[in-house]
Amino acid sequence: MMSKFEELTELKERAEALPPEATEAIAELTLRITQLEESIGKENATAWDQVQLSRHENRPYTLDFIERLFTSFRPIHGDRRFADDTAIVGGMALLEDQPVMVIGQQKGRNTKERIYRNYGMAKPEGYRKAVRLMQIAEKFNRPILTFIDTPGAYPGTGAEARGQAEAIAHNLRTMAELQVPIVATVLGEGGSGGALALSLADRILMLRHSIYSVISPESCSAILWKDQAHTQQAAHALRLTAPDLEHFKVVDEVVPEPPEGAHSDWDAAAALVKESLLRNLGELQVQSAQQRLRGRSEKFRRIGEFVE
Amino acid sequence: MAWFKRDKPSVQTPAEEERRVKTEGLFTKCPDCNNVIWKKELEGLLHVCPKCAFHFKIDARQRLEFLLDGGQSEEFDAHLRSSDPLQFVDQKNYPDRLEKAIESTGCNEAVVNVQGSLKGHEVVCAAMEYRFIGGSMGSVVGEKITRAIEKSLQTRKPLIIVSASGGARMMEGVLSLMQMAKICTALAQLHQEKIPYISVLTDPTTGGVTASFAMLGDLNIAEPKALIGFAGPRVIEQTIRQKLPDGFQRSEFLVEHGMLDAIVPRKELRDFVADWLVFMSNGRSAGQ
Ligand SMILES: [Zn+2]
Repeated sequence: MMSKFEELTELKERAEALPPEATEAIAELTLRITQLEESIGKENATAWDQVQLSRHENRPYTLDFIERLFTSFRPIHGDRRFADDTAIVGGMALLEDQPVMVIGQQKGRNTKERIYRNYGMAKPEGYRKAVRLMQIAEKFNRPILTFIDTPGAYPGTGAEARGQAEAIAHNLRTMAELQVPIVATVLGEGGSGGALALSLADRILMLRHSIYSVISPESCSAILWKDQAHTQQAAHALRLTAPDLEHFKVVDEVVPEPPEGAHSDWDAAAALVKESLLRNLGELQVQSAQQRLRGRSEKFRRIGEFVE
Repeated sequence: MAWFKRDKPSVQTPAEEERRVKTEGLFTKCPDCNNVIWKKELEGLLHVCPKCAFHFKIDARQRLEFLLDGGQSEEFDAHLRSSDPLQFVDQKNYPDRLEKAIESTGCNEAVVNVQGSLKGHEVVCAAMEYRFIGGSMGSVVGEKITRAIEKSLQTRKPLIIVSASGGARMMEGVLSLMQMAKICTALAQLHQEKIPYISVLTDPTTGGVTASFAMLGDLNIAEPKALIGFAGPRVIEQTIRQKLPDGFQRSEFLVEHGMLDAIVPRKELRDFVADWLVFMSNGRSAGQ
């Protein structure tokens, strides 16, 4: 579940208490990160490089983007049913003075925060909070902007008992019915159904070094190759990079990142996202609700390849 | 999320393979109570153990035969086949897996669509085929379910979907995942048109199928003791580092938590659905 970067951060946090062989492991991981950062923008950057970049320890998260994209962010909490899910944040915000509803998955940056955010893995109450916020936006005719960054929906016993599957399914159908414009932006990890639950949008934007996948490469390797040794191959086979998703017409636009990657310059990364958001939202807002609903439905209707 | 997670359950229950009626030999053993049953008799009992009421897995065509009126069903979109859009290779080629599944099931994909009737009610019905790569949903399953919904929209006939699936099909990557969005968008239209949709969940229904159309029926009903959930039991056990209690994620557990409308034994399914179809169709003609 944890990425190398997360492992590294945790190791560094505890460095003094660790045995000497840990120093070696830290050095190795640091070297890998250096190699990875060098691979950015290069032709031979592998799918696995992209996976690791999407989970980079310094990558800006949803709240980091919100801080840079909007003014007056006013978060609200809870699903009015069971609890507040801290893996999903949301509320009203101003995008260049225009009120919008912002909803996104939030990861933590250190051990304590990661636990608080449940590693960005939402439970049913998180998806139900999201849909509640969307319905407020619908009532007051405000656009919805979602931000995707999650390893997936949380696979726990409580989540199952409270209807994880039903919560996601309900979000999908509700998003298909909303009259207001919806733009989803994949910031980091687009992990399976947990990511999809916020992505049934008029436009899906995807940062250049983010990923979107039906399953993590680690789990895919464990299942199809019965080991962890083929994770890189699985990452490649799954076609999960932003250009792949643009090729399959799932994603409408790949948003460029600063030359060294989003983690190197959060302000520049946010500026690029903002440009794309404003343009896409502007295009949607000149359409009628009917046009948008038809467009949204046709967008998803076309996805898939088969022979008749 | 993906189909395989149920294939080799780490949980003590008998292996999935054993649950299926063995085709060789005249007798079969109930995996739940070890009762030895004469196969011919089992057929007449809709593949339900006469001693303990264990529901054996049945294939899609048999399901349709049990559920719908005899001699009335007409299959559609049977010819659709996967084109291997990702050119996915793991230890096997995906096309080889598909070929093998087609050969062993006699179906081109993991769902069978028909128009037929149920106790005289004309319906559109899609039944999933678990033997076809774990009933997993790729582009073809997504397309066929969507077309079944569209058939309902065009004809205004009620829709019944019988699920049996491990979820999204890994070998079609994100295209599989997006079928959930495609189907839910079509279901939103069906919902707005107030056309009845009854979802029947059978053992097992997990992952992306549960997290999309299987949980969006006007009624979500299940066979007894069916495994129904989002994450597979193995994934949950790995996450919480504990063994799951008996009965977790089974139909009875879901009803107890308010997540299912009813558990309906196989022999009562036709009557249960037919009565609800009366309720759902009469209101529309009389009330508007
Ligand atoms: Zn029995």
